Amino acid sequence: MELNSKIPDGSLDQKWTKYKGNVRLVNPANKRSIDVIVVGTGLAGASAAASLAEMGYSVKALCFQDSPRRAHSIAAQGGINAAKNYMNDGDSTYRLFYDTIKGGDYRSREANVHRLAEVSANIIDQCVAQGVPFARDYGGLLDNRSFGGTQVSRTFYAKGQTGQQLLLGAYSALSRQIGKGTVEMLNRHEMLDVVIVDGKARGIIARNLVTGELERHSAHAVVLCTGGYGNVFFLSTNAMGSNVTAAWRAHKRGAAFGNPCFTQIHPTCIPVSGDHQSKLTLMSESLRNDGRIWVPKHKEDVEAIRAKRLKPQDIPEDRRDYYLERRYPAFGNLVPRDIASRAAKERCDEGFGVNATGEAVYLDFSSAIIRYGKAQANVKGIHNATDQQIIELGTKVVEQKYGNLFQMYEQIVAENPYTTPMMIYPAVHYTMGGLWVDYELMTSVPGLYACGEANFSDHGANRLGASALMQGLADGYFVLPYTIGNYLADEIRTGKISTQSPEFEEAEKNVRKQIDSLLNNNGTEPVDHYHRRLGKVMWNECGMARTEKGLKWAIAEIQQIRKEFYANARVPNQSLYMNTELAKALRVADFIDLGELMCWDALNRNESCGGHFREEYQTEDGEALRDDENFKYVSAWEWSGDPSAPKLNKEELIYENIKVQQRSYK
Amino acid sequence: MEKGMNLKLKVWRQKSTADKGGIVDYNVNNVSPDMSFLEMIDVLNEDLVKKGDDPVAFDHDCREGICGMCSMFINGEAHGPNRGVTTCQLHMRSFKDGDTVYVEPWRSEGFPVIKDLMVNRGAFDRIQQAGGFVSVNTSGRTMDANAIPIPKEDADKAFDAATCIGCGACVATCPNGSAMLFVGAKVSQFALLPQGQVERKDRVLNMVKQMDEEGFGNCSNIGACEVQCPKNISLEVIARMNREYLTANVKPEN
Repeated sequence: MELNSKIPDGSLDQKWTKYKGNVRLVNPANKRSIDVIVVGTGLAGASAAASLAEMGYSVKALCFQDSPRRAHSIAAQGGINAAKNYMNDGDSTYRLFYDTIKGGDYRSREANVHRLAEVSANIIDQCVAQGVPFARDYGGLLDNRSFGGTQVSRTFYAKGQTGQQLLLGAYSALSRQIGKGTVEMLNRHEMLDVVIVDGKARGIIARNLVTGELERHSAHAVVLCTGGYGNVFFLSTNAMGSNVTAAWRAHKRGAAFGNPCFTQIHPTCIPVSGDHQSKLTLMSESLRNDGRIWVPKHKEDVEAIRAKRLKPQDIPEDRRDYYLERRYPAFGNLVPRDIASRAAKERCDEGFGVNATGEAVYLDFSSAIIRYGKAQANVKGIHNATDQQIIELGTKVVEQKYGNLFQMYEQIVAENPYTTPMMIYPAVHYTMGGLWVDYELMTSVPGLYACGEANFSDHGANRLGASALMQGLADGYFVLPYTIGNYLADEIRTGKISTQSPEFEEAEKNVRKQIDSLLNNNGTEPVDHYHRRLGKVMWNECGMARTEKGLKWAIAEIQQIRKEFYANARVPNQSLYMNTELAKALRVADFIDLGELMCWDALNRNESCGGHFREEYQTEDGEALRDDENFKYVSAWEWSGDPSAPKLNKEELIYENIKVQQRSYK
Repeated sequence: MEKGMNLKLKVWRQKSTADKGGIVDYNVNNVSPDMSFLEMIDVLNEDLVKKGDDPVAFDHDCREGICGMCSMFINGEAHGPNRGVTTCQLHMRSFKDGDTVYVEPWRSEGFPVIKDLMVNRGAFDRIQQAGGFVSVNTSGRTMDANAIPIPKEDADKAFDAATCIGCGACVATCPNGSAMLFVGAKVSQFALLPQGQVERKDRVLNMVKQMDEEGFGNCSNIGACEVQCPKNISLEVIARMNREYLTANVKPEN
């Protein structure tokens, strides 16, 4: 496979401008006769579908949920980055670019990331124009806060519901086009294959999740905005329906899969409480603006807390270990996610975890409450305020900033986080890996694009907080609408594409065969049983820490799970009509294959970088040890027909503008 | 581990939209108080699948109270007995051993049942398509985001209205099957922001027209929607929408 990243010539800050100036265009009359399918309606999908329709293309969009407004972007909490420098704290396009490359541990493309930083400011303008109610200060201007891995405040937010507000903005733009008839929206539809004709993506096979029927949809280009694959771990902060199926089926049709093992384990999630759990819940990174992370310094205090003889509030300051502040004084509690997660794991592995399972640390707001309380007392002219008054005033400020998150926490844990520190532990949250794309966001299959979390491109080996929303909207609103024209300019004479070709026939038959075999399996174990087993293997061996031995074991184990799944999974077969277990089974089948590929990728990468931590490769003080000489590349895996024999291709990463060095947040 | 609760469930089963449907009894045993309500239904479903029965179909996705997909009428209340939460955030510690729990779908002319507890809320999408947007193209070539300062109070109120998750609890709980809390929330968000002013009149007229066509009832100030809204959307939004609607009708276009 030949990988051409198609990075334009010229200086870094001129590449995108020059590209846009020279890219081929499709005239408005021709656009009307060109069909584009967009799969997924999260930030990337909704914004891409709306933008392409506005431009005049004939768009069909699909989502598996009952409405495009429900895509999982909606659950993003903390915020969206943009290099606006409204705070006048030294931010710039270059600094956002630099922070993102460094945050990604030097495993992303310079040109893509710079473009992302360039368009970031436009996103905020666009969203405000759409009526997105961002947080504002008393002067009526937009407010910002800080996120991990940066020393500026460039994160725009809407309480702890930024993803919701941005998605509803994109959904409103999409709704406007659906209302006009320029987008045909198919809810409760799942893509199960991409159809390739003469080497180009020409359509998809989709399943109507209500009727169970298979449908053929043709187009001149197909855009996958289908999100990440964190649910391969069974337990993650992803929505229950989030899946890899569309991307995986594309992979099996020739799209290379980039850096599959780069997974983000988010440091601040609510810890696992029992076997019944179906998903994990994130507590936004924005909480680390004001929350301090600690465990007790002494084992006897840990024991006392676990035995409920002591409460965290009873532990005096000098017996607490604020380990992030201790290890990383320059960034403190706001180190990037991979580093914060590993540090939590390190403390818990050493026996300092503060709950019954030993896998939890504290996130404590008491200092912030007192700090804000004192400031408020001054503002209100209350001199000699009592401690109680200060706490009350401070609690109000914290509630204004993070109210909905605190409420969520209390619902799940049944403890009041204003008075008792939160307990948190890392959990799977995001996947940096995804379909390999070139500068134009095209996969290795001509005419097949991937945007947002579904592609691999911008975050390297670790994504910075508040950058996923930025990338999703950048891809959909401002990048794809330009780049797709360069391909579609050759399609103006193609005419309508038939769904009666042998290729469509073959693809549909293929899907039908798989469905029939799952339905007539006569197995005994529900699909979740296999998914849970897979998740456990992935979390233990391909999660926060990985070893050669563990990964080899995991690969064998996953092969066994696959065998048992196909032999013994039980899918109810009374009816195809709204058969939710069948939908699940199709997704789990693909997770099993992907899980194995992730292990192969992690095994191949004999270095540690970002979220990929191989225990064999670490510095003396336990930091990730990269090997730039041998691994400064993107692993782009090619499907060979056998999930246990993937083929590796490499795209060398070239750094012309940034000096590659050991990442330090000390 | 301490022994969990045993519950009697009375669940609405309906094979398809055309099917008549009815209540079916199930026992679920050893339920942990830390489970969410949906995780309890997962346990029931896993049992049903093992027995070769058809599992209960229900909508759910994010399971953290923000996507708006889950939609169960539990013991006669939308999203169950607690306030300010969705079904996925309802935990079993709100029930006790031996309880009988009725689980039904949203019931409204505007929300036909697809299967069991799953309904079609396409009407909400169509109302949104009729005017729930600002007609600005996504070119990014708008004015700078800080060009128009917005008083914090207005921005906060617009945000509060915009937190609606479109779950449909308001409709399900309203004796009239009215969707005015949902529509009022969207109308309010834009009416409170300078960006929404240009299309202010058309928006409210078009959205209300679509709402009526979908078969939703009228508001008679009962207020159940506000009580059961998982996002605590205030009845104020309905008052504001009525004002907007009235003004739009009284004043002729320019």
